Amino acid sequence: MTLRRVSVELNGRLVEATVEPRLLLSDFIRHDAGLTGTHVGCEHGVCGACTVQLDGAPVRSCLLFAVQANGRSIRTVESLAAANGDLHPLQQAFHESHALQCGFCTPGFLMTLEAVFRETDVTALADREIRELLAGHLCRCTGYQNIVRAVRLAGERMRA
Amino acid sequence: MPRKEDLPHLTGTARFVGDVELPGMLHARIVRSPLAHARISSIGTGEALAQPGVAAVLTADDLPPATPPIPTRMFSQPGLERFLQQPLARDTVRYSGEPVAVVVAASRYVAEDAAELVELELEPLEPVLAVERALEPEAPVLHEEAGTNVAGSFVVEHGDIDAAFAAAALVVEERLAVQRHAAVPLEPRGLVANLDESGVVTVLGAAKIPHVNRRILAQLLGWPEARVRLVELHVGGGFGARGEFYPEDFLVPYCAVRLGRPVSWIEDRAEHLRACNHSREQVHELALALDGNGRFLGLRDRLLNDSGAYVRTHGLVVPGMGAALLPGPYRWPAYRCEVSHVVTCKTPAGTYRSPGRYEANFARERLIDVAAHRLGLDPVELRRRNLVPPTGMPYASGTNTDGHPVVYDSGDYPLLLEKACRRFDWDGLRRWRHERPGDGRRRGLGLAFFVEKSGIARWEYARVELSGSGAATVYSGSASMGQGVETVLAQVCADALGVAFEDVTVVHGDTASIPDGMGAFGSRAATLGGSAVHLAAESLRTRVREQGAPAPGETLSADARFESEDMTFPYGVHVAAVEVDVETGRVDIHRYGVAYDVGRALNPTLVEGQIVGGVAQGVGGALLEELVYDERGQLLSASFVDYLLPTAVEVPPVDVLITEDAPTPRNPLGAKGAGEGGAAAAGAAVANAVADALGVEVTRLPLSPERVVALAGGRT
Repeated sequence: MTLRRVSVELNGRLVEATVEPRLLLSDFIRHDAGLTGTHVGCEHGVCGACTVQLDGAPVRSCLLFAVQANGRSIRTVESLAAANGDLHPLQQAFHESHALQCGFCTPGFLMTLEAVFRETDVTALADREIRELLAGHLCRCTGYQNIVRAVRLAGERMRA
Repeated sequence: MPRKEDLPHLTGTARFVGDVELPGMLHARIVRSPLAHARISSIGTGEALAQPGVAAVLTADDLPPATPPIPTRMFSQPGLERFLQQPLARDTVRYSGEPVAVVVAASRYVAEDAAELVELELEPLEPVLAVERALEPEAPVLHEEAGTNVAGSFVVEHGDIDAAFAAAALVVEERLAVQRHAAVPLEPRGLVANLDESGVVTVLGAAKIPHVNRRILAQLLGWPEARVRLVELHVGGGFGARGEFYPEDFLVPYCAVRLGRPVSWIEDRAEHLRACNHSREQVHELALALDGNGRFLGLRDRLLNDSGAYVRTHGLVVPGMGAALLPGPYRWPAYRCEVSHVVTCKTPAGTYRSPGRYEANFARERLIDVAAHRLGLDPVELRRRNLVPPTGMPYASGTNTDGHPVVYDSGDYPLLLEKACRRFDWDGLRRWRHERPGDGRRRGLGLAFFVEKSGIARWEYARVELSGSGAATVYSGSASMGQGVETVLAQVCADALGVAFEDVTVVHGDTASIPDGMGAFGSRAATLGGSAVHLAAESLRTRVREQGAPAPGETLSADARFESEDMTFPYGVHVAAVEVDVETGRVDIHRYGVAYDVGRALNPTLVEGQIVGGVAQGVGGALLEELVYDERGQLLSASFVDYLLPTAVEVPPVDVLITEDAPTPRNPLGAKGAGEGGAAAAGAAVANAVADALGVEVTRLPLSPERVVALAGGRT
């Protein structure tokens, strides 16, 4: 198989590798770049656990090849907390609201929500609309109720 | 109090088994049977083995001939051993997805490519798919040496059942069925095994019952337990299925031992849906006898439990728990449940959150509503008349689990029913039900009462250490599936030892640092695990009081084994109010409430989290989730496109009422397990609500759109 050179900006750092064209972006992030916070729950684009931001937009990294990200910018969950360790308001709200149990789905939720929060004032949304925002992600532990709470709490804090 | 577990998950630094990279690590791919039932003529491995990067391709012939099948670990009976699964099929495959070979290669990509090149020559046999077909005299027998498709059977009974039915003013009977569905934790299974220079094989990725599985792996390898170490990393959900001993739990360490290299196996989702335990597929032929005043006289059941192709580690525990708790919170002068555990050509089945009870609660609570409809009685009133009174506690239900009598420890069932109706505004919901929404949708209410059990397998181990700096460390035989066990055990330790919660660290899940343990299943981690920590911490506190606190650089420690002969029995009520669109079959849950008495709630936030999460799974089973096979035995719902997990839109907001009316006398914490009640009666409550909305008796789950449309049109 012809190998291809991939160069991406990953959480502000340049990562370069020589990869097979069929290498999934999720595997590239996890195994070539060593950032294992991005989780693989289904490998067919349904569960949302592998969600990362590609040029700022949430995408499912299991549905993209690494070569498709060449020359582009990727953000993963590892970039959310500040360099001094301070949690992002979404992370803090998830923690305080008991919005995670096993934690496997959490990075995907966070990466979608962080992008949503940049464009939307979630405090203006009804619970039903918040649930629709979350519906692209599966969580098998929490029943989503505390994730809805966390979204509202983070929204209120970020607006304030 | 925020959980101890959260930080690594929020920042992406948690370590799940798929995150493990070891130098020189190889990757395994399991080759699985494409047919549901066939004789194996040959397995050609040459082409796969010739691929660059492939280190080994193993079939059953390559395993030590003396390798025993995977044993049961609970609720066994003589004869079950004829239905156990070998790690790799030898002569016959009995379900689509059964492991027949394992390929080990330099990368997961190469291993998957090479697995495609393994040539299976199979001689097809008739796939036996329905339990009813498996029981027909001329049906093919899956395990020829056994001579029957009934792997196990038993009867649980008390009182004179025939006299009860002969004296009845009303008998209601239904055939009630629950569909095959599964736990489906969000992290697929995985293992990384490695043999070190001292001859110890270490398996990373253990879950649920590391010490039990160490014993089983040692037995299959023919090694002493001291040469086997199991280590739990972060675990992405269990719910009964993850952590049992599966074929891969032998194959991966075996390959690592044989090749002398670390071997990783990470399940993919399509594989998980065919390979990991299924659950819940049961038929109840249930009959209820009542007198003229609506008093229950007797309950009779013929319970058929679909085991899939083999009997796995759980033995008969699923139907066993069903038969033990089918009587629920009611008084029954007579009861008889005949259980048959039947093999079919489908993925083997095991436990899933509230195993046996989710199904039994659906059957019993549905039939009670049918009886209420026949009697013209309010379903809540019919239940109230028949509840075990608080003065009857402790209450011997007359049943048993695996020969051990079921004695409800404590409870005030009428009080909980009253509290639930008040909290969830049952009267207001009844008014809501009778309003006409004006859009053609129909409204219905359902209520279901249940008794759960917690704390199966009657002991747990803990050691507590206190250092000179004042920090405490808990070593527990319990395990984490993500439910918050570290937080709860730290709380228990802090309370009993008199140290700050922040100063307690909890260690679990490594058989090298914890001498023994029973793990986490059946809502036992807080009750039994917590009680063991409580005893160890109290004993340590006494020592500190007598000897003084440890000096800087010193540690003091105490260990304890908490034993309890009997389980504890939490109990609860689910209430569902639904709107049903009879055109589209869509069921919207307008209101959902769970009242659950857990004796003492050690951490109400976590208890509520368990209940809401359980409801999500239970509602998934009631409305969406079904493992569907075609007539050749191929799993059709083999991806998340077809196997529908509930999203935030389908799961309703859940109103949770946690009560602490009846602490258990059976452990020092007074706590009953909280893990399963959220799921336990969700199928029952939703089915009762949909039946109420449609005016049609629902007799099987799930209430998928097409089934709801059919029911509304008078077809069942």
